[in-house]
Amino acid sequence: MIRQLNTISLLIIPLFLLFTVLYGTLKKVRVYDSFVAGAKEGPGIILNIFPYLLAIFVAIKGFQASGAFDCLRNLFYSAFSFLDIPVEVISMSIVKPLSGSASTALFTDIVKTTGPDSAATRMTAVIMGSAETTFYVLAVYLGAVSIRKTRYLVPVCLVADLIGIVTAVFVVRCLF
Amino acid sequence: MNVIWLILLSVGIVFAVFTGNLEPFTQAVFDGAKSAVEISLFLLGIVSVWLGITRILEDSGLIYRIAHVFRPVLSRLFRNIPDDHPSLTAITLNILANLFGLGNAATPLGIKAMQELDTLNKDKGTITFEMMIFIVLNTASIQLIPFSVIGILAAYGAHNPAEIVLPVLIATAISAVAALFILFTFRKILK
Repeated sequence: MIRQLNTISLLIIPLFLLFTVLYGTLKKVRVYDSFVAGAKEGPGIILNIFPYLLAIFVAIKGFQASGAFDCLRNLFYSAFSFLDIPVEVISMSIVKPLSGSASTALFTDIVKTTGPDSAATRMTAVIMGSAETTFYVLAVYLGAVSIRKTRYLVPVCLVADLIGIVTAVFVVRCLF
Repeated sequence: MNVIWLILLSVGIVFAVFTGNLEPFTQAVFDGAKSAVEISLFLLGIVSVWLGITRILEDSGLIYRIAHVFRPVLSRLFRNIPDDHPSLTAITLNILANLFGLGNAATPLGIKAMQELDTLNKDKGTITFEMMIFIVLNTASIQLIPFSVIGILAAYGAHNPAEIVLPVLIATAISAVAALFILFTFRKILK
């Protein structure tokens, strides 16, 4: 089942690409010229996004390296100790919204240290699968159209992340 | 974002001073700059490819036809997008790419969707509610099968790596609905 789905997801992009060029040709579009004209907009957009990415990456990496990150994790851990959540889940909850590569590294480490079938592994696996690197998404999407006034988007995303983590813990507790 | 950036930086610097982590901190700042450049270069490639593909969709008119097909589904959520608007296609393709875990397609198509949504924005530089719905949907990360997670679990000898699929699906669905609910609640309160 999983393997078939994996094959399907591998097929989607090539098939979509083939369909697009064939349909375009059928509609008498010069597909090569069209493609090049569209791709020409790429550098401009990335130039828009770059400063936003730079700002967020510098702040996040600095925050992690300063030791503030570990302190924040311990703080959360003691604050939520009455809920009996594994400390790994707390680490993942803080890392996941901030950095994609760091959360993958952390997840691999959790699987290694607690075992592939532990509660901590399952909870963090669900968080990995059901949450996004929020700050990266915000930087890229807001940067792409130079949005400066985000109104109440950031608090909404943070509250949503928190609910997502609680949901992940709760779902794993119920199902396993 | 202003507040968050300020907090991350200043708390980071204060901690670096008190814990004696000044050198790693400075190093990390420049590492951050390097990653930003690397990711931008990576994005430059895939975003340009998808902009090329979507331009073919535009020139052949397919983008409007896809928008027409998915309008009934999306217009319940995105109320202020006109019929057959290209943003509907970009949003649809982005959601599909997310569902199938095609990260390399999802981000560029999401950027395209933001640009199309911005053409409807009367107050440039300020986010519209439609953009917020779209970003919240993306940060909730609706995904059918978390292939990379299953891969890691399998590599370390999990008993049955695929059993994580159901909890992920349930958690994703609940958190996506919850995220939208929070967004609409915020709008109601702050109106």
